[in-house]
Amino acid sequence: MADLHFELVSPERLVRSGPVHMVVVPGAEGDFGVLAGHAPMMSTIRPGEIAIYASAGATPERIRIEGGFAEVSEKGLTILAEKLEPVTAH
Amino acid sequence: MATLKELKLRIVSVKSTQKITKAKQMVAAAKLRRAQAAAEAARPYAERLEGVVASLATKVGGSSTAPRLLSGSGRDQVHLLVVMAADRGLAGAFNTNIVKAARNHAEALLAQGKTVKMLLVGRKARSGLIRQYGKLVIDYFDTSVFRSIGFAQADEIAGKVFALYEAGEFDVATLFYSKFRSALLQEPTAQQIIPVAIPADSAATVGGAVVEYEPDEEAILAELLPRNVKIQIFKGLLENVAGEQGASMTAMDNATRNAGDLIKKLTIEFNRSRQAAITKELIEIISGAEAL
Repeated sequence: MADLHFELVSPERLVRSGPVHMVVVPGAEGDFGVLAGHAPMMSTIRPGEIAIYASAGATPERIRIEGGFAEVSEKGLTILAEKLEPVTAH
Repeated sequence: MATLKELKLRIVSVKSTQKITKAKQMVAAAKLRRAQAAAEAARPYAERLEGVVASLATKVGGSSTAPRLLSGSGRDQVHLLVVMAADRGLAGAFNTNIVKAARNHAEALLAQGKTVKMLLVGRKARSGLIRQYGKLVIDYFDTSVFRSIGFAQADEIAGKVFALYEAGEFDVATLFYSKFRSALLQEPTAQQIIPVAIPADSAATVGGAVVEYEPDEEAILAELLPRNVKIQIFKGLLENVAGEQGASMTAMDNATRNAGDLIKKLTIEFNRSRQAAITKELIEIISGAEAL
């Protein structure tokens, strides 16, 4: 299966951009996972953690975000977040 | 005519001035590079947000339940001018240009019988406007206490603007800052931030795909509009920083060159008068010897 193009953007810079397997986003109405080929959608994000899976079954990389917005289009997933910080693995 | 000693002292003093301006120019050049990089790094977010807001706004815009930030308060009696300038001078006409643009705008509004209020950002905006419009200035945001301008500051300024808007303190807000075109050219710009102006040609950005909205268009728009205003302010701040450094670099470059010219002129004068003194002495000796 093709990879999902994922972009994470903060006001100050483009934090990351590249292909990933799946991203789980804490949407305003519940978490949702985005894989490649997801239907176009827009959602606001509640403060929480996004989990980025580089490949199927890999340990997810977690980034804490506060206030944001996710857009899924045919080009991929774009998350605009105001504040973000990586969560270190415990 | 100045004595040799006086000339020498002048040359020394101009030389030390030149050293200072040269150092300032180099500092500005380094800072400019950083400021430009920051402004560029901020661009993706602003662009994406703008695209989304524009497409949503054209969808929701017509309805009567559209957020107030988009539809406005229905009046345009009270204008808020958010004037952003630098904290420091020594940047040529940079600050003066912004202040002048704001002043012209304010005068035009006052002449139409509108009420004008001002929110100033940066020390030079304050010193440029407070004397003439002291009563109109409702708030002042000091940026000189921060070492670098980040999104947090934009957030804070936007917070003030929203609080004022919620309280019905103004109907239209306009942002004054300097657009960074190049190190040589900064353009004082007035930009309306509230109500949010929607570019007319951006309607087709989403394309034909059916997009699912969660929770719904209006709720998303209501959340994104304040964010868009914040980004505009942030962008203004960043452009200002870059513009200030650019203007400062240019001004200091000119100053360095002027100092160089002055040193050249003074050196020539110094050499001439030294030569004149030597010649005079020789003539004295020769005529003295001849008299014997």
